[in-house]
Amino acid sequence: MERRLVLNKTAGDFAGSRSEYKLQNFFKKSKGKKRVTFLTKILGNKNIGDLIFERLTLLFAMLVFFLVVLMGWEMYSNSTLSIKTFGLKFLITSTWDPVAEVFGALPVIYGTFVSSLLALLIAFPLGIGVAVFLAELAPGWLEKPLSFLTELLAGIPSVIYGLWGIFVLVPWLRDSVEPFFQNKFPNSPLFQGAPYGFGMLAAAIILSIMVLPIISSISRDVLKSVPNTQREAAYALGATKWEVTKVVLSNAKSGLLGATMLGLGRAIGETMAVTMVIGNRPEISASLLNPSYTMASVLANEFTEATSDLYISALIELALILFIITIMVNILARLLVWSTERKWK
Amino acid sequence: MVVNEQVNITTEKTKSPHIAGSSLKISVKELSVFFGKTKVLSDININIFERKVLAIIGPSGCGKSTFLRSLNRMNEEVGGNFTGKIIFDDEDIMKLDPVYLRRRIGMVFQKPNPFPTMSIANNVVAGLRMNGFRDKKKLKEIVETSLRQAALWDEVKDILHESGANISGGQQQRLCIARTIAMQPEVILMDEPASALDPISTAKIEELIFELKKKYTIIIVTHNMQQASRVSDYTAFFYMGKLIEMDKTIKIFTDPELKQTEDYISGRFG
Amino acid sequence: MEMKFPMKKFIFYKRRTANFVMLSLSLLAALITIVPLVFIFYYTISKGISNLNIDFFTKLPTPVGETGGGMVNAIVGTIILIAIGGGIGIPVGIMSGTYLSEFGKNKFGILVRFFTDVLSGIPSIVVGVVAYTLVVIPMKHFSALAGGIALAILMIPTITRTTEEMIKLVPQSYREAGLALGIPKWKITVMIVLKTAWKGIATGILLGLSRAAGETAPLLFTSLGNRFWSTDIFQPIASLTVYIYQYSTAPFKDWNDQAWTAALALILLISVLSLVFRIITRSKYKA
Repeated sequence: MERRLVLNKTAGDFAGSRSEYKLQNFFKKSKGKKRVTFLTKILGNKNIGDLIFERLTLLFAMLVFFLVVLMGWEMYSNSTLSIKTFGLKFLITSTWDPVAEVFGALPVIYGTFVSSLLALLIAFPLGIGVAVFLAELAPGWLEKPLSFLTELLAGIPSVIYGLWGIFVLVPWLRDSVEPFFQNKFPNSPLFQGAPYGFGMLAAAIILSIMVLPIISSISRDVLKSVPNTQREAAYALGATKWEVTKVVLSNAKSGLLGATMLGLGRAIGETMAVTMVIGNRPEISASLLNPSYTMASVLANEFTEATSDLYISALIELALILFIITIMVNILARLLVWSTERKWK
Repeated sequence: MVVNEQVNITTEKTKSPHIAGSSLKISVKELSVFFGKTKVLSDININIFERKVLAIIGPSGCGKSTFLRSLNRMNEEVGGNFTGKIIFDDEDIMKLDPVYLRRRIGMVFQKPNPFPTMSIANNVVAGLRMNGFRDKKKLKEIVETSLRQAALWDEVKDILHESGANISGGQQQRLCIARTIAMQPEVILMDEPASALDPISTAKIEELIFELKKKYTIIIVTHNMQQASRVSDYTAFFYMGKLIEMDKTIKIFTDPELKQTEDYISGRFG
Repeated sequence: MEMKFPMKKFIFYKRRTANFVMLSLSLLAALITIVPLVFIFYYTISKGISNLNIDFFTKLPTPVGETGGGMVNAIVGTIILIAIGGGIGIPVGIMSGTYLSEFGKNKFGILVRFFTDVLSGIPSIVVGVVAYTLVVIPMKHFSALAGGIALAILMIPTITRTTEEMIKLVPQSYREAGLALGIPKWKITVMIVLKTAWKGIATGILLGLSRAAGETAPLLFTSLGNRFWSTDIFQPIASLTVYIYQYSTAPFKDWNDQAWTAALALILLISVLSLVFRIITRSKYKA
């Protein structure tokens, strides 16, 4: 009873209201001296909450960093068996025989690069064309929806591209396109073999559609980073729109190359759509009509079936090679894009 | 006309004027501020008195804002550091938690910066709520008293739940002042509070400063000399990172000691 | 004038023709890009819609030979997988993005930014292999958890970089306003900065989630697939994408048809996801 009275009296000092008492108490606590603890002695004059927060976010940032390192290490340590067994032969021999446990990855490495490069051959001119259209020519009302549509193309799941490839693209290639080329160029080594539809050509076309949005959107950004003063300078000399565009393109060369490299990186690692249409046969052949195989497809097809340790180890080594190649391609690409965009900052 | 190069910058320690009937609130000793290797302020000695208005004038880039921002340790958030001492109520501010310090030394910025994701009412009590005070009844009360003190209540009392970004610039600035006084600080720093505002809003802010100095110690940075002469009790003139002269406002504006000050005030340079 | 310099006139026409031809080509490229998009949407809708009925969303798949059935297990499985992925990937992405924008103006920040870009370029199948060695091998069997972790790794770079970019757009003045009120920096970052940037960050999260929903390769040997009803995250789980892959490569006509329906369902799922997300993140005040 007495205690309550005292409390009431204390609260009464503050303009008679309990909540005013609360407020003053709050101010006393939140503005008062920091209690000197062991922690504050170490931290000095920093705010403890802020320091904890900074360290916590740092922890997560480190997690991202270590994730990449961990991935490389995991694949390396799980593929040592294959690396020791085959050594360099893994990269330069052509027999991929799970039954005999002999693994030479040359045909799939070949298939990976050829399908990706063919895809770039188609996607590069188209992608740059789209980028030029978006960055230099399209009126504002057209640019936004068109950019949106190309981004939509990038958002379609890979497996749906594959589905479309199997049931629409492959039959069309088999029934019309491939026979047409075989009739036109009967002696060309590019068009030998039976026209299955499934094969290198189908994979290259699907891949080109898939990397096109990457090339075009990054190229567009690169072109847009070229300052307008460059364009105005060319116009002032009486250049036509195309000549102005040429000036812009030559200014953005390395950035456009970088955009293409990013497309290459995506194409090399692309799995589902390629697996579904490339035919999955580890052979090296000049013909575009023949089936082929890529590193990513081998993993997709054979990983769950692999039973022996050596087989799994060889597959993981394949993943490791894919990892290293895509990292190198990506680093190079980023540096190129970065160098152009930084030039104008 | 006197050209800058010929001006002899004094390095003498400038004594702050004594103001009768007021006690010392902040004492700045030998303050130098660095950003990286650039020295922005050098050897500033200033005494700041309780419940008075100190105006800081000088051409842009002279370090006025930097000085203001060292008082609540804002400079270190953008990579500045300093030598010398700032004593606030007998305590070295470097020994205080910066967060606690800023609750006692409030600040109003050049451009009004209400939080756009909060309503007007929540803007006023943002400092209280985000520091953990949740008594709803009291918060409501504080919204009203703070807005009344900032002379904004009548204009916004019907739109308290709209975003703080939806009112005019002048109103936003008074909202920011209300937000600052809701924390019941002891000192309010004002960094050119009226420079982004129209003349009518400026007049309102100046009136407000006149009211606020009854309760708070105010330090105002301004490039507008009329404003300095209207609102302040004493004035400090900064030039190129140094304190040139400091005295009672009336003395500075009518009979400054140094020619350099006179030149600046009469608009001959800067 | 023109009579005197016929050559000049010729060059002028040549330049004009080049101009016209090249500009038309670029327009053509833009049109060609749209063609596959139209094709893919047309086929997915027209081939998928015939099997799209209540059964598809409520029933389990039937054995080979029996017609009918649905893919309710795969729809739920996909949702569970992206929930696991998001549950891990979103906090990691937001926190590391916050680090990069608020404290990352140093060498370590540059390093993390670089590694985030590297991570975003790693093929999803490789991420699947790593999830296999990291989760499936120690646990000794395939599981939804392993698939979810693989999806999380794929989401992290997108969310990290969008968070960083969006936080950077929040004006410094908001932070200063908070600091001047004596609010601790961490509270300012969480309650003001992240809240202001939330819409943009949510777009990044949405992008990450919908990409994850469309991933197949990293699931093939992590979550594997399941013909039965399962919501146990420690067991193999069905997903729409793996179904599309298996059904489209199988030699049965009705499975192939169901693959198209699953594709349509996947696109619908992603659209619903983005719609729900937009509604959730619609903020009261314009930032």
